[in-house]
Amino acid sequence: MIGGLFIYNHKGEVLISRVYRDDIGRNAVDAFRVNVIHARQQVRSPVTNIARTSFFHVKRSNIWLAAVTKQNVNAAMVFEFLYKMCDVMTAYFGKISEENIKNNFVLIYELLDEILDFGYPQNSETGALKTFITQQGIKGQHQTKEEQSQITSQVTGQIGWRREGIKYRRNELFLDVLESVNLLMSPQGQVLSAHVSGRVVMKSYLSGMPECKFGMNDKIVIDKQGKGGTTDEPGKSELGGSGKQSIAIDDCTFHQCVRLSKFDSERSISFIPPDGEYELMRYRTTKDIILPFRVIPLVREVGRTKLEVKVVIKSNFKPSLLAQKIEVRIPTPLNTSGVQVICMKGKAKYKASENAIVWKIKRMAGMKESQISAEIELLPTNDKKKWARPPISMNFEVPFAPSGLKVRYLKVFESKLNYSDHDVIKWVRYIGRSGIYETRC
Amino acid sequence: MTDSKYFTTTKKGEIFELKAELNSDKKEKKKEAVKKVIASMTVGKDVSALFPDVVNCMQTDNLELKKLVYLYLMNYAKSQPDMAIMAVNTFVKDCEDLNPLIRALAVRTMGCIRVDKITEYLCEPLRKCLKDEDPYVRKTAAVCVAKLHDINAQLVEDQGFLDTLKDLISDSNPMVVANAVAALSEIAESHPNSNLLDLNPQTINKLLTALNECTEWGQIFILDCLASYLPRDDRESQSICERVTPRLSHANSAVVLSAVKVLMKFMEMLPKDLDYYGTLLKKLAPPLVTLLSAEPELQYVALRNINLIVQKRPEILKHEMKVFFVKYNDPIYVKLEKLDIMIRLASQANIAQVLAELKEYATEVDVDFVRKAVRAIGRCAIKVEQSAERCVSTLLDLIQTKVNYVVQEAIVVIKDIFRKYPNKYESVIATLCENLDSLDEPEARAAMIWIVGEYAERIDNADELLESFLEGFHDESTQVQLQLLTAIVKLFLKKPTETQELVQQVLSLATQDSDNPDLRDRGYIYWRLLSTDPVAAKEVVLAEKPLISEETDLIEPTLLEELICHIGTLASVYHKPPSAFVEGSRGVQHKRLPPRAGSGESTESPDVGQSGPSEAPPAVIPSQGDLLGDLLNLDLAPPTATVPSVQPSMQMGAMDLLGGGLDSLMGAGLGAAPAAMPASLGGAPAVGGGLGDLFDLGGGVGMPTGSYVAPKTVWLLAMKAKGLEISGTFARRGGIIQMDLSLTNKAMSVMTDFAIQFNRNSFGLAPAGPLQVLTPLSPNQTIDVSLPLSTSGPVMKMEPLNNLQVIYPPTK
Repeated sequence: MIGGLFIYNHKGEVLISRVYRDDIGRNAVDAFRVNVIHARQQVRSPVTNIARTSFFHVKRSNIWLAAVTKQNVNAAMVFEFLYKMCDVMTAYFGKISEENIKNNFVLIYELLDEILDFGYPQNSETGALKTFITQQGIKGQHQTKEEQSQITSQVTGQIGWRREGIKYRRNELFLDVLESVNLLMSPQGQVLSAHVSGRVVMKSYLSGMPECKFGMNDKIVIDKQGKGGTTDEPGKSELGGSGKQSIAIDDCTFHQCVRLSKFDSERSISFIPPDGEYELMRYRTTKDIILPFRVIPLVREVGRTKLEVKVVIKSNFKPSLLAQKIEVRIPTPLNTSGVQVICMKGKAKYKASENAIVWKIKRMAGMKESQISAEIELLPTNDKKKWARPPISMNFEVPFAPSGLKVRYLKVFESKLNYSDHDVIKWVRYIGRSGIYETRC
Repeated sequence: MTDSKYFTTTKKGEIFELKAELNSDKKEKKKEAVKKVIASMTVGKDVSALFPDVVNCMQTDNLELKKLVYLYLMNYAKSQPDMAIMAVNTFVKDCEDLNPLIRALAVRTMGCIRVDKITEYLCEPLRKCLKDEDPYVRKTAAVCVAKLHDINAQLVEDQGFLDTLKDLISDSNPMVVANAVAALSEIAESHPNSNLLDLNPQTINKLLTALNECTEWGQIFILDCLASYLPRDDRESQSICERVTPRLSHANSAVVLSAVKVLMKFMEMLPKDLDYYGTLLKKLAPPLVTLLSAEPELQYVALRNINLIVQKRPEILKHEMKVFFVKYNDPIYVKLEKLDIMIRLASQANIAQVLAELKEYATEVDVDFVRKAVRAIGRCAIKVEQSAERCVSTLLDLIQTKVNYVVQEAIVVIKDIFRKYPNKYESVIATLCENLDSLDEPEARAAMIWIVGEYAERIDNADELLESFLEGFHDESTQVQLQLLTAIVKLFLKKPTETQELVQQVLSLATQDSDNPDLRDRGYIYWRLLSTDPVAAKEVVLAEKPLISEETDLIEPTLLEELICHIGTLASVYHKPPSAFVEGSRGVQHKRLPPRAGSGESTESPDVGQSGPSEAPPAVIPSQGDLLGDLLNLDLAPPTATVPSVQPSMQMGAMDLLGGGLDSLMGAGLGAAPAAMPASLGGAPAVGGGLGDLFDLGGGVGMPTGSYVAPKTVWLLAMKAKGLEISGTFARRGGIIQMDLSLTNKAMSVMTDFAIQFNRNSFGLAPAGPLQVLTPLSPNQTIDVSLPLSTSGPVMKMEPLNNLQVIYPPTK
């Protein structure tokens, strides 16, 4: 298991060092600094083996987190734990920075003592941790016996992510369907690969221990219902979404609150939600993706010192919808000496430091087209190596789900408290963003 | 509160100041002081001098202060064992506290203080905590048993904690179950043969129930433990698989990978004609693909594992090629791994797409990545015959770019393509020759020289080209020298008239002016061959070459099986067995896949079953170098006696010599073996060394059997092996190879129970009988033993060829 955990600043100075196992000595701290942080070349692997000691690291801004072990640990678990550790720290004191870590080092040691025992990760849900570890010192001195046992039963319990006795005057929940659409297109306009990775993020402010049921236009469910002709179809698309057609989900993963065995057998998503914001599920689709934009590049080399670039973007969605924060990034060669840009819409600028022309458009409606043309002057070079034309990348945000996913219902049942599904105020929002959206040129 | 100020104290005499503050009456001041101490400890300053003062702060009802003191204790108790005893009372008292959080904290911390005297006091509180009414305390106590076991295993056994721990598997709280499983698994690892975990259908059922309810981490512990279970039959195996598959939808990638491990392992037992088997295969693909949308570090772990899974069961991901396409912003380690998997998945169906991608990659910036991409194009040509032509033309395009490393890499792979498809693409040789001058890497130079030699008859100025290399002969690397020697001999055999001088020159350079025994050896072989029987020489040197394998860098099947059992772990990331990087007894047991149950297939070995009955198991070229981590690295013979191989630069050449060649050599037949070998040993007695005594080369070649035994040399120094010194040699008596050993005990205690094990080696050497050391070896005593060896063991090519690794574990 994990033998020790170190946190370093960008210079390689140790900010936090917690050793769990006897086989990890102080020299391990230095070994990582010398061999990885101070290494000359780029990091070639997130796992490094130095003198039979393995180091796993992740970097957040300029802070290094490293887990150390001498055993054959579960590597995936170590990384998941490091990410979780970052999440927990962010939940407690915001951004992970040297300043914040130094200011909270006592807290971090406390957390490390609680969420890793002898190198075995323990309950690391912030909701549960915050019940007894706080920034203002530890609660627990003046608690009643009931309170204490409530804490321990939550930390170890089956529903470790939610505490009992939550009360809201107004029961409310927010559902965000956040999708990032990824595309790799050839210069000829052929889709090389495209997929949507989506997340359903929920903010719940619900009293008691509500039982929730979530439904979407999953092809498998819709097909099954179609065949069976069931009459008691649960809540017909009450949360908006016209429910036109169903979508094929390649794969999905769920927050630990979802009963996986139930999903496996009935494909229904039921759970008791954590309080506040959390990620209910992630999913991936590859079929029938709506690609919100198409990029048509045209690059012409005029002699050895000039490039002509023309890029057309076309929006491909309902004219009534508006895309926002559109940014097209056209890479330029390293020996660029000057650029002239003409664009019909938005603003375009050549950024020498980034070796790219950045074209920004604030808003663009569906089924529209826009164009940019640029003349790039090049310095003559005797560099034999050709310029490795990086792809043209794009950023945007659209108010729909490119996968076609629709939320059909989210039902809330709380039998003990007297509020029903109808009393809960529900909000649904769809946001599609560009993931890695590239067109080769 | 800005605690960062504690990091900045660097004054002199601060220890004294701290001491005063620690002994202050004011609580706040005390706490501040302890914080400063912890901050100093973090940055690596030695604050152990403050031990008594800090421990004095322990008796407090301020929980925060208490935790800080505990942290200090864990760090320094070991260096001040006597002082640490002072803390015991507080611990014992805290273990009785009304607050379960404090009880747990005490037992957790106590287990981390690795002082023998303290552990004695730990037993009673621990026993109580294991039966505590509060699950939080029980789950902490469960882990504490593992801690205690790490300090004093005997104590844990004597106190019966292991049984209590086993009982916790039936606990009502899922987290207690998970931690108990984790602790038991860890303890079991250090007792490979104890039946500690004692998994039976009932406990498995309990674990599967807890699996649905516990935290994500607990699920990982349980799944990893499940993977070590061996189901009784395929029915049980299937029912476990059914209950594990829902985990594939978990958001935590480690849960997913551990579930994949269980499924991959138990699938082995399912009959292939079962419907469920197919369903399961289909279910595995989507979660594996999803792992690729995780953070880059996890993607890397996933890709390393997918690399194994693809080798074991290519059918799972054969349609998923696209997801492995490299993204421009992927970190380099992800790019390189993706490329590896792309080559493995390349097939006739997707080759067009793959080639287009590879071509794209070959223009990127990162040198390693570009090289790998170029090499991949060549691999595609060799793997998918239909694409060979396109690959070759792509490679030629790349050569035209004149980017130095691209050209060199392209030439190396084109050499392989020539070997795979003889007489097909030789028209490109002219283009290759144009780039002769730009080649500065040995591998590329050697490849080019090979090409020139192989096709000498079609290259008009072959002699000039080779001669140009000859000028700096002694500055070249061995690889190039050997290749040059062979190429010129080939040239001579093809065009004897005009190249006589050249061949003389190279032979004398190789035999007279070189210090390298390999080179000299090969020079002599050629020389003698050419001077005695040019016809035979032609037959040997220009013989038809064996086919090269389609796949490269395949992991050897037994290792692959073991790695499949370690999916998700470091072993699967390194592609090495745990014994190669883990010290001590942990992880040294070798895990194996279960045998397949079911009707007709029981006789079929599992790996043949996977690769499809039509394919013969491909010859494997180990890519990871030798498997390290053994006690000693023996050199079998003095270095002058390496086995000369005809074409060492071609990987397969050496393999074939060993596979087919040694058997016949040993049998005394001159005829069947490649003619070059006996000729070298017989004809050049100057270099015939240790090998001659080992393998009887038959009457004809003039070395009386068993005549010469090299004197014993020290193989293992005492200081490296806990006091056991071994020296030895190899001898041949009465037709049996024997290893003569002298064992000397240079330690203070008596040694008994000797055993020996040979690692896979180039010669297939294995002990023919057990090691006979009857008496215990007392200090400073030396005994001589002779161990008969057979050559029937498994053969694996080692680097260098005569490297033999022997594990020799004396249990003291």
